[in-house]
Amino acid sequence: MSAVLETSALAKRYGRRWALSDCTLKIPPGHVVGLVGPNGAGKTTLLHLAVGLLAPTSGAITVLGDRPAKGATQLGRVGFVAQETPLYAGLSVADHLHFGAWLNPGWDERLAQRRIEQIALDPRQRVRELSGGQRAQLALTLAVAKRPELLILDEPLASLDPLARREFLQNLMESVAEHQLSVVLSSHLVSDLERVCEYLIVLVSSHVQVAGEIEGLLASHHRLTGPRRDLGTLPASQEIIEATHTDRQSTLIVRTDQPILDPSWTVEQIGLEDLVLAYMGRAASIRGSRPAFLRVQP
Amino acid sequence: MIEFHLDTRSGVAPYLQVVHQVRQALRLGLLREGDQLPTVKDVVARLAINPNTVLKAYRELEHDGLAAARPGIGTFVTKTLSDASLAAHAGLRRELLRWFANARRAGLDDESIEALFRDCLRSASGEEVA
Repeated sequence: MSAVLETSALAKRYGRRWALSDCTLKIPPGHVVGLVGPNGAGKTTLLHLAVGLLAPTSGAITVLGDRPAKGATQLGRVGFVAQETPLYAGLSVADHLHFGAWLNPGWDERLAQRRIEQIALDPRQRVRELSGGQRAQLALTLAVAKRPELLILDEPLASLDPLARREFLQNLMESVAEHQLSVVLSSHLVSDLERVCEYLIVLVSSHVQVAGEIEGLLASHHRLTGPRRDLGTLPASQEIIEATHTDRQSTLIVRTDQPILDPSWTVEQIGLEDLVLAYMGRAASIRGSRPAFLRVQP
Repeated sequence: MIEFHLDTRSGVAPYLQVVHQVRQALRLGLLREGDQLPTVKDVVARLAINPNTVLKAYRELEHDGLAAARPGIGTFVTKTLSDASLAAHAGLRRELLRWFANARRAGLDDESIEALFRDCLRSASGEEVA
């Protein structure tokens, strides 16, 4: 099976500003992929390139082995929910389902009806009367009922309260379990993604900082604490992602596939949030727009 | 039937948490041979987690000989853990209590004992991996 999303040196420029640069990715099918990064990092640009709403300035992108939005077939294979879940405020839930059925050859009416029942939406209700959570659920239902192979969701959780978030993710994961969908969803919060994603892309200031299966990422990143030392003395196999020092202690986050043998380090596993923050901090300090990522030493 | 829960702050991989909870339920006798585990869809709908996480946990349990999948029906417990493991615990428990007493006699307080215990546990499991 071809990659769900494959890019090579993909870049997008708006005027003089690069929204995405040198983006090379290859995401295998059957994953729920989290795209994280601060606001303005280029997440929406990457997703819009993937659905064909934008054309690249340079580089190449294929989605499910084909050019984004190449034709009716390709459009039917990809479901997309844009940020702020755009729906027609004056139309009812039922109207939206009719719309979905007209516009999508692969529309699964039974699935759509079942989902609407499950999330307890009244078909006669107009969208402007729905809560944010209900709107998000309706948009998800429309996207899932067209039976895509890949579902792309841009910040689907940003405007939802914690309960609505949980319900949305439950609905999404049920769809994944039922239809073996691949999903790419973006968020600026790692905690949203921890439960549901198995593959992670960290995007900061238009560059991909790290991408890979979360389990592998967590296994290859470690926090080392020990007496203060010169970083030049570390083995070449250990890539330093984050380093902080006090007058006597050094604390590092390193990436390595080798075991850490130096007995002077206390080695700890790190969580996903710390991993993402370390890469964000590194990107910010390289760019020089912010001081090096600092963390208060206990 | 048991219900799973997830602690995202624990740092333990979600699939391992599911495995641990099944093992724990087996040890406590909440699950016995022949019992059905929750279906993947049920777990996913309840916890809002990735279905592959559940599948991975169930595969691990199958690999350990604790569960078996019956295609189209679900995953079932194939072994009862409680008796054997409790008997094995008793000896280990005695040894550990003796070790704690020794540690106290050596002048360690609870916090130092815990730090030492955790450090040893970590290096022991590290050796296993390496």
